[in-house]
Amino acid sequence: MNRPAVDIRGVSMVFAGKRRGETIPTLDNVSAQVPEGQFVCIVGPSGCGKSTLLNIVAGFLAPSAGSVTVEGERVTGPDPRRIFVFQENGVFPWLTVRDNVGFGLLRRAADERARAVAHYIEMVGLTGFEGAYPRELSGGMRQRVEIARALAASPDIIYMDEPFGALDFITRLKMRADLTRIWQTEKKTILFVTHDIEEAVQLGDRVLVMSKRPGRIVDDVTIDLPRPRDLDAPGYLRARDRIFHAMGMSAHLGETAPV
Amino acid sequence: MSATPVHEAVAHAAPDAAAPTAPAAPARLAGERRSQQFLSRYVLPVLVVVFALAAWDAAVRLSGSTLFPRPIEVAAGIGELARQGLLLKYIAASRFRVTWGFTLAVLVGVPLGLFMGWFSWAANALNPIVQALRPISPIAWIPIAILWFGISDAAPVFLIFLASVFPITVSSMAAVSNIQPVYVRAARNFGLSRVQLFRRVIVPATLPQIITGLRIALGIAWLVVVAAEMIAVNSGLGYLIIDARNAGKRYDLVVAGMVMIGAIGLILDILVRRLERFDAVRWGYSRR
Ligand SMILES: Nc1ncnc2c1ncn2[C@@H]1O[C@H](COP(=O)(O)OP(=O)(O)OP(=O)(O)O)[C@@H](O)[C@H]1O
Ligand SMILES: [Mg+2]
Repeated sequence: MNRPAVDIRGVSMVFAGKRRGETIPTLDNVSAQVPEGQFVCIVGPSGCGKSTLLNIVAGFLAPSAGSVTVEGERVTGPDPRRIFVFQENGVFPWLTVRDNVGFGLLRRAADERARAVAHYIEMVGLTGFEGAYPRELSGGMRQRVEIARALAASPDIIYMDEPFGALDFITRLKMRADLTRIWQTEKKTILFVTHDIEEAVQLGDRVLVMSKRPGRIVDDVTIDLPRPRDLDAPGYLRARDRIFHAMGMSAHLGETAPV
Repeated sequence: MSATPVHEAVAHAAPDAAAPTAPAAPARLAGERRSQQFLSRYVLPVLVVVFALAAWDAAVRLSGSTLFPRPIEVAAGIGELARQGLLLKYIAASRFRVTWGFTLAVLVGVPLGLFMGWFSWAANALNPIVQALRPISPIAWIPIAILWFGISDAAPVFLIFLASVFPITVSSMAAVSNIQPVYVRAARNFGLSRVQLFRRVIVPATLPQIITGLRIALGIAWLVVVAAEMIAVNSGLGYLIIDARNAGKRYDLVVAGMVMIGAIGLILDILVRRLERFDAVRWGYSRR
């Protein structure tokens, strides 16, 4: 495949500020190409425009300048072939786990739909909770429901905006391992936003590092390490330190280096 | 709200972890908690009612009033009305008016509120009128209701409609603006058409708050029917009260009418609260 799945070209974003005439430059000439099937992580400091970039790529926001092309088509709005997993959980509280996961499948035949729903509920480890409502689930389980809902719609691409941000440390580790396993079987293109450098290096084939606002891509790090990843391997530590450095920090002191 | 929904939720989510294998001591604890709940939920309110009736009775006897009825006389009054067939007839008349006025208000108020909540131009256009009409007491409309509809069922139906349509509209509108944007974005992502978006997201997302609005509006409707019947018609519980007073100072029947109004209001509220327990809306009332 030589055509990239996602082609971001010269995307800039300027929001209007609260006061008249005030502008908030948020993204500055961002370009990146993502080949099909790649797991790409985007890291950057809080408020640097990661969510904004992902929302533009997914078609929820129109950029001030530049363009996004996905699978050869210019993006003008959201599309069911690319599903977004939201930073704030987007599972519908009025539907059971089963109906949430089947939400994007209403046009399919009932039996095919039931099969897909059962398959993805099992994949995210929620078998036995099909009839439960989101309020009866833990935060991690709700995030699994949303991932299953995204997968069940069989999209070509999944956009994830800090999907594990609200979870505790242990749950997050488990979710990362599960997501890696799912990605290896499903072979989707994934764009995964996080502010957690360790998370990015554990998950991605590649990590795009953004500067603070207005966000630019300051480094593009390929993580060519076998999965599951050994967090003590020299290659892992090298990649991690390089990203810390790119964000203007020292991995060992956790301090901001003088610019 | 009490802690009950959480208990039930936990039991639902992990059915195998609950009762069967639980040792004796926790089971006994749970039993105690249940009987405590029974006490505070049913026995306590009944005791309070009994106490209030006793206090009422004592107060009437101490004051030596001959006009103000004792509870037992009110009970006898209710019995008398029932024997004459007036009780059921008047309740039916009041219920008929509330049903029609309230149903019309739901049919107008819910769609109007959803419409105003979804399209900001509609809210801009209509909100000033709604907010200006809302504070006008339905009682103030009585002369106009009589002018337009005369002494007929249509007058109280109109008044009940007016009284309940505004709270329903306003709460439906608020329900739409309270929808979490992430639900709408998720739905758009799955490629829903406008109709599907409305049916599968807007309606279920707003339902809990709409039901709360209906409950408040039904309470108001029941208040207003009594006032309207005192003036605009000659049947119903409101008419009973004013008629008992005018035709022979029968205060036992006046209070009997009041007691029936209160009892029916209580039952209506319990019935609407039942709606709030359905799984499809319960998420909207819990803290999570
Ligand atoms: N709709 C908007 N109107 C005005 N400013 C906005 C809007 N959306 C985002 N911004 C601003 O753009 C900047 C980037 O926001 P964004 O949500 O993309 O950051 P982020 O990198 O995802 O941060 P976090 O890691 O905290 O989620 C912020 O300064 C924010 O205030
Ligand atoms: Mg964000």
